Amino acid sequence: MSSPLKPLPAWADVALIPLINVAAAFVISGFVVLAIGENPLEAVQILITGALGDLEGIGFTLYYATSFIFTGLAVAICFHAGLFNIGVEGQAYIAGLGAALAALYLGFLPGYSLVVVAIAAAALFGAAFAAIPGYLQAKRDSHIVITTIMFNYIASALMGYLLVDVLRVPGQMNAETPGFSKYAAVPQFHELLAPLGIQWPVTPFNLSFLLALAAALAVWLLIWRTRLGYEVRTVGANATAAIYGGISPSRITIITTLLSGALAGGLAVNVILGQEHRLILEFTGGFGFVGIAVALMGRAHPVGIILAAILFGVLYQGGDELAFDKPKISRDMIVVIQGLVVLFAGALEHMFRRPVSVLLARRTTQPPI
Amino acid sequence: MAAPVAAGEDRVTTDAGRAPPAIELIGIDKSFGPVHANKNVNLRVERGVIHGIVGENGAGKSTLMSILYGFYEADAGEIRINGEPVRIRSSKEAISHGIGMVHQHFMLVYPLSVLDNVMLGAEGGPLLANGANAIRRRLAELGKEYGLEVDPDAIVGELSVGLQQRVEILKALVRGAEILVLDEPTAVLTPAEADQLFEMLRVLKSENKTIIFITHKLREIMSLTDRVSVMRRGEMVATFDTARTSPPELADAMVGRKVILKIDKSEAHPGRVALEVRNLVVRDDRDVVRVNGVSFVLREGEILGVAGVAGNGQSELLEALAGIRPLSAGEILVDGEPLPPAEHNPHAERLIGIGHVPEDRHRVGLVMPFEACESAMLGFHYETVYGRGLLYDRKAIIDDAEHKMEAFDVRPRAPLLKTANFSGGNQQKLVLAREIERNPKIMLVGQPTRGVDIGAIEFIHKRIVAQRDAGKALLLVSVELDEIFALSDRIIVLCGGRITGERRAEDTNAQDLGLLMAGVDERAA
Repeated sequence: MSSPLKPLPAWADVALIPLINVAAAFVISGFVVLAIGENPLEAVQILITGALGDLEGIGFTLYYATSFIFTGLAVAICFHAGLFNIGVEGQAYIAGLGAALAALYLGFLPGYSLVVVAIAAAALFGAAFAAIPGYLQAKRDSHIVITTIMFNYIASALMGYLLVDVLRVPGQMNAETPGFSKYAAVPQFHELLAPLGIQWPVTPFNLSFLLALAAALAVWLLIWRTRLGYEVRTVGANATAAIYGGISPSRITIITTLLSGALAGGLAVNVILGQEHRLILEFTGGFGFVGIAVALMGRAHPVGIILAAILFGVLYQGGDELAFDKPKISRDMIVVIQGLVVLFAGALEHMFRRPVSVLLARRTTQPPI
Repeated sequence: MAAPVAAGEDRVTTDAGRAPPAIELIGIDKSFGPVHANKNVNLRVERGVIHGIVGENGAGKSTLMSILYGFYEADAGEIRINGEPVRIRSSKEAISHGIGMVHQHFMLVYPLSVLDNVMLGAEGGPLLANGANAIRRRLAELGKEYGLEVDPDAIVGELSVGLQQRVEILKALVRGAEILVLDEPTAVLTPAEADQLFEMLRVLKSENKTIIFITHKLREIMSLTDRVSVMRRGEMVATFDTARTSPPELADAMVGRKVILKIDKSEAHPGRVALEVRNLVVRDDRDVVRVNGVSFVLREGEILGVAGVAGNGQSELLEALAGIRPLSAGEILVDGEPLPPAEHNPHAERLIGIGHVPEDRHRVGLVMPFEACESAMLGFHYETVYGRGLLYDRKAIIDDAEHKMEAFDVRPRAPLLKTANFSGGNQQKLVLAREIERNPKIMLVGQPTRGVDIGAIEFIHKRIVAQRDAGKALLLVSVELDEIFALSDRIIVLCGGRITGERRAEDTNAQDLGLLMAGVDERAA
């Protein structure tokens, strides 16, 4: 009946609370910077200029943001079904294998159809790798948090073996595949813009960004405008009601993890097909895990995820510049900020709710009835 | 005591031989945005009485009690405890003023023992032993004093609902509550447990505790309370001495118009058998047999009531018929044809015209975080009326919900409002609208008016009878005997998972059914 907290107005829920959470993370990070013996305001300035100060910085920022949009969406879609997919890192890693195998062995395909097939292969491999924990959750009740964590290690070990012992070019020192043909590459913006006479500095920023935006739109439509999305949200919000409504939670669990794995494949598309043009060790670089922070901060909504992904893109690119300018501040600082964002946006999500709702109490628009 | 005591009289003469009232609320006002939940509410509760508060869902009872218990602060007005003006900003402060609250949904930790639950929040230091011993002594004292015995080492989750409620009351008493607020305490109890609760409350009253009892069951008000206040649309409209009022008078005050407590219904004209059940055996989640060899027929144009004390297999029977729970044995026949196992699921049953109003709208019937229009299509969300292509047609979804809300007078008429923000009665009407508007030939109806106010009960009952008169077959599961009598044409009684008797509604009475509900099997006798 009566709940101790009144519902917050929508604007506070979607904008104010996340902003306060992020601000809190930054304030505490500022103290960490201070403790290291640097000026936090100067650090922020370097970080922002490095990420957004010129086209080169923006290019890198958006390149990172692309990866984060994909991994954030992958985590978020599972959130809607009440699942916590921590295995995006591993799924993206295996997706890279799919992209590489297609790029290396399907070279007979005509022109740029190769890259389309390689993208599809990335999604397929990601989905397939996610399918196992999804199946185990749905049919065997093995908790997806545990299984996906373990599957990250399986992915890492498998890829290490394949890259060192199977796919490596004989005589090569680096654990990597040969380079792909140019038809297996997602074009980068500086290449596309050059013929138009626009000079964009050389950055890894590539067309995957548009694919990521399309994926965000597709996820939004899926979740809020389709029958499948309705079923996903019902299972996530109330599995008992879902069963009553003729919806099979185990079917939805499997479908959702498949979609999540496919979205994780977007990270491989951006990095492997968009930038590296060969499969390398540990190309996922923890971006899969950051997807959790992005999804939490974006409140599992595609628009929020795009914004959060751009913020993390700024942090990554600006953080590199910062580490370069201020040797005392290493890139680990960014990991600290990330951790604090997860802490405040996830674990302590409700910490600021009570004070905010007390502050807004007189303006609250919704009755508790 | 004269019914309307002049206000102010003993506000000034608090020491004139008479104790000040235990609680006095003066001019309490509370708004949530445009909704005025409490309008200038005045309430006096004398010490050592049982004071009932009745009102429809959404009348403002819960808001008022939340203000008293420190969940909300009033926009205006004053609270006095024993004549002293106080500010209550949290439940902690309410407890320190001697106010204890027993919520409708218990605030218990089920895997812990009674002792642990009572101790929670009153551990008395970092080492548990002292606190635990003190609480154990206190529980024993309270047990003797008030007849509130509970084994302190029992696991709360294994206790009956009645005993769990007793633990809630003990929690309040151990913290020194002098004023107990009970929010719809009987909604979850069997009739026998409710009687025990009343006995307990009378003992507490004799010990000079003050009890505020919120309900919308007038029978309970009449049998238990000394005084009763009626709320309607945020206002305190009247206060009566219980002995000088009557249920019709209270009902009038609650809804502001005459209500017919008994609905008129014409004679039933049962037709062909629509649903038949043969030797059904159903197990619960813990693999315990809950329905044990049940057989019956349900005809078109009749309401078959399933009576019984809660927990005697009715829920499992209903779930099994609706395709949610698997059958361990037996078969279900629809229109004389056995229901194939492949069609024994909620989706397939909806397709062949079996509607289901589940017993628990919160947990089963609705998705609380969803917009009302989304809850209004649960189970039918695959249908093309909501959009033909890949995507839903939002306008069609909203229009459909508006139509249903119109037909069942769901208030507020807001398809985009979150389901959780509707009152219980309106949520229930939403479920009924969804199921009845599809015009199913067989309706399985569970506890259609649980936690619903009188105005809505009448409305819901009329709709159910109208379905019968339209030739539908209805199975009604209810633990409210009044409801069974008001609606059923034929009644079967379940006890321990077996049918202990079958009666035509006009050939039986409460005593007769009571015996059957207690398991006195006429065939065994």
